[in-house]
Amino acid sequence: MTILVNLLGLGLIGLIAWWFWLSESKAAKAAGQAPLTVLVDGGVYAPDRIEVPAGQPVKLTFVRKDSSPCAAQVVFADLDLSFDLVMDSPTEVQLPALKRGGYPFTCQMGMYRGVLEAG
Amino acid sequence: MARAIRLSIDGMHCAGCVSKVEAALTAVPGVTQATVNLAERSAMVEGDANVSVLIEAVRATGREAVEIKNAADETQKEAAEMAHYRRLLLQAAAAALVGLPMFTAGMLDALPDLDSATGQVIWLALGIITLGVMMFSGRQFYVGAFKGLIHHSATMDTLIAMGTGTAWLYSMVISIWPHAVPEVGRHVYFEAALIIIALINLGQALEMRARGKTSEAIKRLIGLQPKTARVLREGEEIDISIEAVGLDETVRVRPGEKIPVDGVLLEGHSHVDESMLTGEPMPVAKQKGDEVVGGTINTSGTFLYKATRIGADTVLAQIITMVRQAQSSKPRIGRLVDRVAGVFVPAVLIIAVLTFIAWFDFGPEPRISFALVTTMTVLIIACPCALGLATPMSIMVGVGKAAEYGILIRNGEALERAGRLTTIVLDKTGTLTLGKPQVTNVIACEGSEDEILRLAASLEAGSEHPLAAAVLTAATEKELQPAAAEKFAALTGRGISGAVEGKPLLLGNRKLMQERGIKLKADVETQLGRLAESARTPMLLASDEILLGIVAVADPVREDSHAAVARLHALGMKVVMLTGDNRHTAEAVAKELGVDGVIAEVMPQDKGSRIAELQAQGEVVGMVGDGINDAAALARADVGFAIGAGTDAAMESADVTLMRSSPTGVASAIEISRATMVNIRQNLFGAFVYNTLGIPVAAGILYPFIGLLLNPIIAGAAMAMSSVTVVSNANRLRLFKVGDSR
Repeated sequence: MTILVNLLGLGLIGLIAWWFWLSESKAAKAAGQAPLTVLVDGGVYAPDRIEVPAGQPVKLTFVRKDSSPCAAQVVFADLDLSFDLVMDSPTEVQLPALKRGGYPFTCQMGMYRGVLEAG
Repeated sequence: MARAIRLSIDGMHCAGCVSKVEAALTAVPGVTQATVNLAERSAMVEGDANVSVLIEAVRATGREAVEIKNAADETQKEAAEMAHYRRLLLQAAAAALVGLPMFTAGMLDALPDLDSATGQVIWLALGIITLGVMMFSGRQFYVGAFKGLIHHSATMDTLIAMGTGTAWLYSMVISIWPHAVPEVGRHVYFEAALIIIALINLGQALEMRARGKTSEAIKRLIGLQPKTARVLREGEEIDISIEAVGLDETVRVRPGEKIPVDGVLLEGHSHVDESMLTGEPMPVAKQKGDEVVGGTINTSGTFLYKATRIGADTVLAQIITMVRQAQSSKPRIGRLVDRVAGVFVPAVLIIAVLTFIAWFDFGPEPRISFALVTTMTVLIIACPCALGLATPMSIMVGVGKAAEYGILIRNGEALERAGRLTTIVLDKTGTLTLGKPQVTNVIACEGSEDEILRLAASLEAGSEHPLAAAVLTAATEKELQPAAAEKFAALTGRGISGAVEGKPLLLGNRKLMQERGIKLKADVETQLGRLAESARTPMLLASDEILLGIVAVADPVREDSHAAVARLHALGMKVVMLTGDNRHTAEAVAKELGVDGVIAEVMPQDKGSRIAELQAQGEVVGMVGDGINDAAALARADVGFAIGAGTDAAMESADVTLMRSSPTGVASAIEISRATMVNIRQNLFGAFVYNTLGIPVAAGILYPFIGLLLNPIIAGAAMAMSSVTVVSNANRLRLFKVGDSR
């Protein structure tokens, strides 16, 4: 019994590390002129990984369905930009042309997390 | 008055576009009128329509639209937050209403025994009721945890959902199969799950309340904007909503009213109280041609002005945007914490599993109960929120506090760096001095002083030199009538020459007099020496090789420059004056103000390299200038302070903009920066200590030594209060007063 519990526990630790740290969610692609919509609901951004073309301005539309105050703002810390998100109202977010690389976006506390991947 | 929505429209190039967009907007149900302004690339929509539908309607025409936001958004935001606050309280109350009686009954040993069939049925019923209440009161945690999980993200919701979910699941297993665990381990934790949820909801509601206070500064700024404006349309004065004011429209402002948008005064004169934006206590006189800023208060006369900046372009709107941006930006210390917060929750999950294994392997009987309670307590006590809130809450209050003093801080990093400055370099002209030369002395060698001034003014009337304006102003003040000058010539670097009323005249420096062979007597030399010592620039007036007199001009030191330098010294700063002026004048001003060093005779383009030299000596340098001539130095410095300018260019380039034309704001900015950074460190220290001590104690590290195990309910209370403590500590900053107002 003890061995089984230990093995299960270690397996669970491995699963936690793999799921939260090592594997990533599928990326959504922002293409063309139409802005990609990011839904803010239930403590997450959906999609939370967005591929955007490098060297071109980026347009995203955030739709906030989450009434928690944490969801009230989206912060692009590396770009020194932040946007207020009003409940149930689409907020257009315009970002400058990005160099290749990852640009995280978070709520003000850094709990809701997503990343823009410019490539 | 109908609700007005303003949209900024992208992709509109011709009058044809205007009619298409207008038609699309008018077709939206609820729209009573839609007017598109091609020049502004904007649309004003009146009626009762949904913004997203309007935006979609514009998109359908192949163009992009964004709402031009205004104070109404803030009202909507506040209403949403209030609804959320009430719901949290209701959820807390519901969980407490069921959880507390169960807890009390347990303490009084009044709950049924699990061994009897009746007891089991009662427990199962309580379990189902608990599940219902958990779903009502803690729905957001479970939904959040699930959504997070499928997005590979673990948040505070994950911890709460796992902690309370485990408690409920274990309790149900015990209720259904009581004999699955030894008798001593047959504890049911339904009440713990409910009370934890109640406490966390209550904590979040309290935190929301406290958070609301942290953004009071921005609310105050938004509150400055009036809701309506009185405009002149077709000869009639009508009241319209502020969003409906167009560019170049004529606006009427009466005494006591707020100025709705930025503009230029056309008719009338008044005094305007600009203290809410600049911190400048005295109302400023305004007359035809002067600029007025939206949000300031007209104190006395009635006037008409032309709207030159509206909507998001007004100074007030830009200030609000800048303060908002700064409030949500992070200093380096905050970004480091973000990285920790990003890995925090999965790490706690792993610690919780290890805790379970440790208790299961080495704990006393009933091992399963100990393992379960400690695991649950670890999950509940860990509080990533306290870590996440530590920096942004303090930045929010600190940046807002600065804005109250008319100090606009660009971002969190600038705020952080301002606290580490060791040297402040102040530009002389326009920063320490008024930047407007004035005549300070008129000395007559021949004739009267008025005659000397009149002749000098007559000659200067044709000159564009800054000193000429000072001479002409002084003559006007004395009601002297300058005569027409003939044969005027500017003698570069030396002065001017000409003839007034047939008399040949020279006005210039000592070099000019020497060139023309005009000898200066000993007493004149003494006078010139004295003038130079007191930072005054003498202009010598001569005719026919005879010195007629001296007109001395100086750029007066600002009244509060002494106080500014003294406050900077009190903060331990080295104060250096930087100027393009000659060393003599610069040193005289430096001596008067008591600064520690003078860098004189520097060309504007070399100011940046002088800053770099100071940095090379190990100094962390703050440069204070007017944002135009000092652009390079401001950019080169660790923190650039643009003084007395609400101008777009200065606000864009500087790290800190001082709205009030006073160098005292520099000391205030440094004090606020230091206080904010201390507050952030206190918050981070508290949050780290809480988690680094709380988690091991919850895991039962003290049990082998002193037999201490934390009750999961206590862990829930501690977790809820840790966030409240961080936000409350940040709120203390609101009481902070800078040196000159203490």
